[in-house]
Amino acid sequence: MKKEENITNEFFTDWKYAPAPESTDHIKLKKQYDLFINGKFVKPNSKKYFATINPATEEKLAEVAEANEKDVDLAVTSAKNAYDKVWKKMPVKERSKYIFRIARLMQERAREFAVIESMNGGKSIRESRDADIPLAANHFFYYAGWADKLDYAFPNKKPQSLGVAAQIIPWNFPLLMAAWKIAPALATGNTVVLKPAETTPLTALKLAELIRDSGLPDGVVNIITGFGKTGAAMVNHPKVNKVAFTGSTDVGKLIQKSIAGTNKKVTLELGGKAANIIFDDAPIDQAVEGIVNGIFFNQGHVCCAGSRLFVQENVADIVISKLKQRLETLIVGDPLDKNTDIGAINSKEQLNKINEYIKIGVDEGAEMYQSKCAIPSKGFFCRPTLFLHTSQSHRIVQEEIFGPVLAIQTFRTIEEVIEKANNIPYGLSAGVWTDKGSKIFNLTSKLRAGVVWANTYNKFDPASPFGGYKESGFGREGGLHGLMPYLSF
Amino acid sequence: MNQKKNYFYGDLQNMKFDNSPTVDQVGIEERIARFNSRSIKKQSKIQGLKLALNMIDLTTLEGKDTEGKVRQMCYKAMHPADNIKGLPTVAAVCVYPTYVKIAKKELGNSGVKVASVATAFPSGNSTLEIKITDTKLAVNDGADEVDMVISRGEFLEGNYNFVFDEIAAIKEACGKARLKVILETGELCTLDNVRKASDIAILAGADFIKTSTGKIQPAATMPVTLVMLHAINDHYHKTGKMIGMKPAGGISTSKVALQYLVMLHETLGNKWLSNEWFRFGASSLANDIILQLGKEQMGAYYSKDYISND
Repeated sequence: MKKEENITNEFFTDWKYAPAPESTDHIKLKKQYDLFINGKFVKPNSKKYFATINPATEEKLAEVAEANEKDVDLAVTSAKNAYDKVWKKMPVKERSKYIFRIARLMQERAREFAVIESMNGGKSIRESRDADIPLAANHFFYYAGWADKLDYAFPNKKPQSLGVAAQIIPWNFPLLMAAWKIAPALATGNTVVLKPAETTPLTALKLAELIRDSGLPDGVVNIITGFGKTGAAMVNHPKVNKVAFTGSTDVGKLIQKSIAGTNKKVTLELGGKAANIIFDDAPIDQAVEGIVNGIFFNQGHVCCAGSRLFVQENVADIVISKLKQRLETLIVGDPLDKNTDIGAINSKEQLNKINEYIKIGVDEGAEMYQSKCAIPSKGFFCRPTLFLHTSQSHRIVQEEIFGPVLAIQTFRTIEEVIEKANNIPYGLSAGVWTDKGSKIFNLTSKLRAGVVWANTYNKFDPASPFGGYKESGFGREGGLHGLMPYLSF
Repeated sequence: MNQKKNYFYGDLQNMKFDNSPTVDQVGIEERIARFNSRSIKKQSKIQGLKLALNMIDLTTLEGKDTEGKVRQMCYKAMHPADNIKGLPTVAAVCVYPTYVKIAKKELGNSGVKVASVATAFPSGNSTLEIKITDTKLAVNDGADEVDMVISRGEFLEGNYNFVFDEIAAIKEACGKARLKVILETGELCTLDNVRKASDIAILAGADFIKTSTGKIQPAATMPVTLVMLHAINDHYHKTGKMIGMKPAGGISTSKVALQYLVMLHETLGNKWLSNEWFRFGASSLANDIILQLGKEQMGAYYSKDYISND
């Protein structure tokens, strides 16, 4: 008979997940990427290239072209030609087929896109695989469905396409934002010049390859890379009929100034500082999960992040202690590891900005709590951070940090929390946590935010419009509403 | 004994169990999806599977149980697979009270515990007197652990004090034996009810809370288990007292067992990662774990014919 071998907990005091890195063997990246203009990759007139890196390792991934004014002109002109000669005239059901084809190709190559998105942007593979890429493909599917039904979407209004859309997208959801911009533009019969952010151009350039493979007529979608100057040249180009921008409020204001006096249509999706409100009757454990998803999703690089937490005072202690407990189980590290919850900060510049705000928070006297997790020594990483006992007049409460930093306030009454939640120049999103349906409806009608989530957070669907109030911008993306900014009636 | 439900708002006795937090099912399911997306590979998988094996309450609760059957299961409990190196024993065997004596004798000082169901298992529809006698029979015959069922009918009628008192009475009858309280979550229907029943059981003196008898579908599910783990967590943070958890029924594969361990690890932490605080009520899980651990050791899957069925 075998001896007593009931080893219970001795062999097992600390269970850690072994590394589970997603393979990068199948990823093919060129050393150098040119500009995608008129269906071909062409060398930039500027003759200049800049490096794009992996923020988790600080290693160079590839060089991409920097488009100057001449390149922008080429791209816009090719879009204009494609609009006049091909895309505008094409029967709507044919346009729809091309958009479907892009969606299908994206699904087929989802893994490749997910890995590159994580390598170039620093987001965890779990998110790029389960959120970014499927949502991007779904956006194309959704708008492919609208392309031949515009007359039914807007009956008796005679919807007309606009022409060339100049689209500038941010670095937080590179491929998803490209999809949000390109899909409705194509579905409404417009042609596109798109510029991805300078730190995350690779999935957009891969998308250019995919679009070329899809057989979309040359010039209908042009993708060019560069910095702010390139973007400015796009916005100011006289042949551009529509500007769509997602990014910072400061740049949004510049764009609005520069197009003043022209008849260019514009949509801006800008910053945010959302209130996530927890009432005492909320499902507490799920609310804690919602707080975590709200602020730590995509390292907090989310314009609609729930970065201001409001907790009703009678449950504040329990919520905060549970939140701290949950923080310790978050795994920060290699974005390509399937178990990573929080990946790398997108750029050194952004990390510096976040650290600056963390310092401001400490200086302002808020109590800081950071997860005790280990973070890699190389690359740009930031521990999930809470600030307790903040007030409405703290800068960390008023200003958008765009990182994994949560400012926590308490409140006593519904009136108080509504006032505080709305007391901000932004108005993109908000969250409400309560077991009571009537409370949800009361708040959704009073919160000045484009999106209000009830008992959940950071939920996206192509069928649901997204956009802001006040300095968070205007115009809606997604859903039926997302068609309107690309049409005249 | 049987206090009938009282809607009168001033009935403080019945009000005291209405403090349980609400549960949002959609949120629970999302959290489960996060647990299940964890990738458990290599050393962490081997460690996890050994731990899971060591947490099993090997169970036979059938009308056709015999001494022979129980004896065979006890040998399996101590020797899950002698051809594989470094396997732990299971945690306990779980039998009807009439087989406690034989199980106790077979298991000797192996360290494997004897658990007995009691209290008119599985329905729990009997008088307190009989339930106490049932419990004492098991304990006097040497049961280390007693798995009782709550009176679900009384719970659903709103007689929370009845349920509480009954658990407290059985706890007293258990003496030194540890008490596992089966909520039979498949009959409680909502997660809010599961949370409330968990709180009642914990406050009434349960050492473990357990999902199911295995006789009702659905038996253990991850959402139900997570709600119970939250109740345990809250109690621990309020009082410093640890309560054990036992999902039972329906967990039959290594993959699912690892998903439960991930959930346990990320909800209650490493402190609970031992068979003192977590059990799987399962009979076929052991063989699947043996298959997986054998594969890790030999480098290839082998026929299930090499693994004993008891």
